[in-house]
Amino acid sequence: MTTFLGMPTTAPRGVGNLRGDEPFPAAARKALGNAQLRRNLGHATTTIRAKSGAVIGELPDWQELRTAGSALKADTMARLPELLVQLEEKVTAAGGVVHWAADANEANRIVTELVQATGHDRVIKVKSMATQEIGLNEALEAAGIEPVETDLAELIVQLGHDKPSHILVPAIHRNRAEIREIFLREMPGVDPALTDEPVILAGAARRYLRETFLSTKVAVSGANFAIAETGTLAVLESEGNGRMCLTLPETLITVMGIEKLVPTWQDLEVFLQLLPRASTGERMNPYTSMWTGVTPGDGPQNFHLVLLDNGRSAVLADEVGRQALHCIRCSACLNVCPVYERTGGHAYGSVYPGPIGAVLSPQLTGVEDNASLPYASSLCGACFDACPVKIDIPSILVHLRNEVPHPRAEQAVMASAAYTMDHPKLYAAAQHAAKLSRFSGRRLPPPFNGWTASRDLPEPPPETFRDWWAKR
Amino acid sequence: MRIALFVTCLADTMFPAAAKATVRLLERLGHEVVFPAGQTCCGQMHINTGYQKDALPLVRRHVRTFAPYDVVVAPSGSCVGSVRHQHAMVARAAGDEGLAARAEDVAGRTYELSELLVDVLGVEDVGAYYPHRVTYHPTCHSLRMIRVGDKPQRLLRHVRGLELVELPAAEQCCGFGGTFALKNADTSTAMLADKMRHVLGTGAEVCTAGDSSCLMHIGGGLSRLDAGVRTVHLAEILAATEAA
Repeated sequence: MTTFLGMPTTAPRGVGNLRGDEPFPAAARKALGNAQLRRNLGHATTTIRAKSGAVIGELPDWQELRTAGSALKADTMARLPELLVQLEEKVTAAGGVVHWAADANEANRIVTELVQATGHDRVIKVKSMATQEIGLNEALEAAGIEPVETDLAELIVQLGHDKPSHILVPAIHRNRAEIREIFLREMPGVDPALTDEPVILAGAARRYLRETFLSTKVAVSGANFAIAETGTLAVLESEGNGRMCLTLPETLITVMGIEKLVPTWQDLEVFLQLLPRASTGERMNPYTSMWTGVTPGDGPQNFHLVLLDNGRSAVLADEVGRQALHCIRCSACLNVCPVYERTGGHAYGSVYPGPIGAVLSPQLTGVEDNASLPYASSLCGACFDACPVKIDIPSILVHLRNEVPHPRAEQAVMASAAYTMDHPKLYAAAQHAAKLSRFSGRRLPPPFNGWTASRDLPEPPPETFRDWWAKR
Repeated sequence: MRIALFVTCLADTMFPAAAKATVRLLERLGHEVVFPAGQTCCGQMHINTGYQKDALPLVRRHVRTFAPYDVVVAPSGSCVGSVRHQHAMVARAAGDEGLAARAEDVAGRTYELSELLVDVLGVEDVGAYYPHRVTYHPTCHSLRMIRVGDKPQRLLRHVRGLELVELPAAEQCCGFGGTFALKNADTSTAMLADKMRHVLGTGAEVCTAGDSSCLMHIGGGLSRLDAGVRTVHLAEILAATEAA
């Protein structure tokens, strides 16, 4: 006998960073008015696109790798419950402790209590999307625990009392002059003669972080991959700061979304080729740290793994939308997206911006809480082509648009348009009516004023094609 | 060859010149063009705006209208994309497997103009004459949804008198995106601004594409700027000759 437990729940309101304060068009409007932001983003995305495109072009089997990555993720999702149990068994056998968190509140509580149990009041953090998603830093601060971000860009965001705007390059919206100002204002013990040269800025961050690395006993990380077969966790990064966090402290707490799983060690062969080339445009990832439970006398002697759902089971229940869980957080879709390139990440209101955010955030929260995001795309398809695991983002966007609550007036217009188009005589009459109403020019009433604000409508032709054909 | 014209609602209503040019071109190449009565709209606007259920009768109508024909052509990569990649999906979502199968059958016989010319009719030099400096915008759905590749450019390179100039960042969306241009008008305009900057930078007199919708968008922006560059559908260039 089976027990029906109900549909899986979405990510709770009032905690975490999956919902914005205003709909996408309004937030985008503000971002578009920021000329410095447009310059910073245009420069950064163009640079990453060129670098990534060049190294992807070197691989003759890139398309086969994408297909393999997609198939591995589809297989993982189809067997997720049993693979998660296998992971728990392996991590536990290797000396780790596994915790299951249904949502952001539960995960924040588990991590806070684990830190409190160590008796320390500061943690160093490896850059992690999952902990940003659940608002862990805010929860730790509320409990009197100081979280210190150690990824350079994430540190810039934290010191600037800002929010990340890109999955991989969270301070992509800042240029070096702005970063210098933030460091001068916020970084304890910074040299007042600091310049905006990248090497000088990195040096300042290094001096600040080294002291923190050596004096902090607890670290919090996310995970890029977890291997069910061995219980191994993996973090990929470019700076080495993550490795400091993963090796120096006494206690390591890893918060991982349940979809980060791969079945076997060998599966990493595919993803370790796909991820660096698609994300930073590197042939090989610079720092790949892997650990399996606890190794006596080497590295953290207490390891906790927090498995986070927070709406993921609800995504998995959607036949079309579930492929959003295949995402390996490479950001390739952000870097090629013409919308993201112009609005930046903050306009999406979620830690997951860009095309993947537009399909993932509404599914995690329920579409009614992020109703404008599925429309934050021109459906140009660049994201689908760029995705290293072939997530068909345009199809998911179109699918989610069907589930969004539509405005009444729009429903009426769309229903009558469909009715007219299903009746050729009515349709021909409507064509002529449009012509007579002089539906053209420079100023139209709502909802078409959005068009005529910047674009003219053409003069209607003297006759439609079907009129011309009928007279031939 | 007997070819059924799927005119598309936009070309029919607002841009009949592109549709008439398609007819003239195919007839000049010795083919018979028929215009199946009863056709209206493929339903793409409804599907892409989240009104898939409202689109179902339009899909049914389209499939019924074009089922009797061996070859169907449309002067639009986007509408062909909808027929090819969305019609069966809409039918399946409504639980109508029979319609889905018929939709796939029609989709397999439906071609965008440059595909029909190059792949089906095997012609790249259509005997056109168009003495202008032209840049080509590949349009997202032609490029990434139905993947016409460089077929339009191959056709344009054979046009006598035509100087084809490359459009920088050509593969980037112009910002149209159907109702995206209304729902996200500001972002759409920012995308259009960059597209226009690139078009104007080529020094071309004419910007062409295989989709009237994207051309309406780019052309609407250029008209607002009084930029002195016009948008012309690919079919009109290919239909032009010394005689006319």
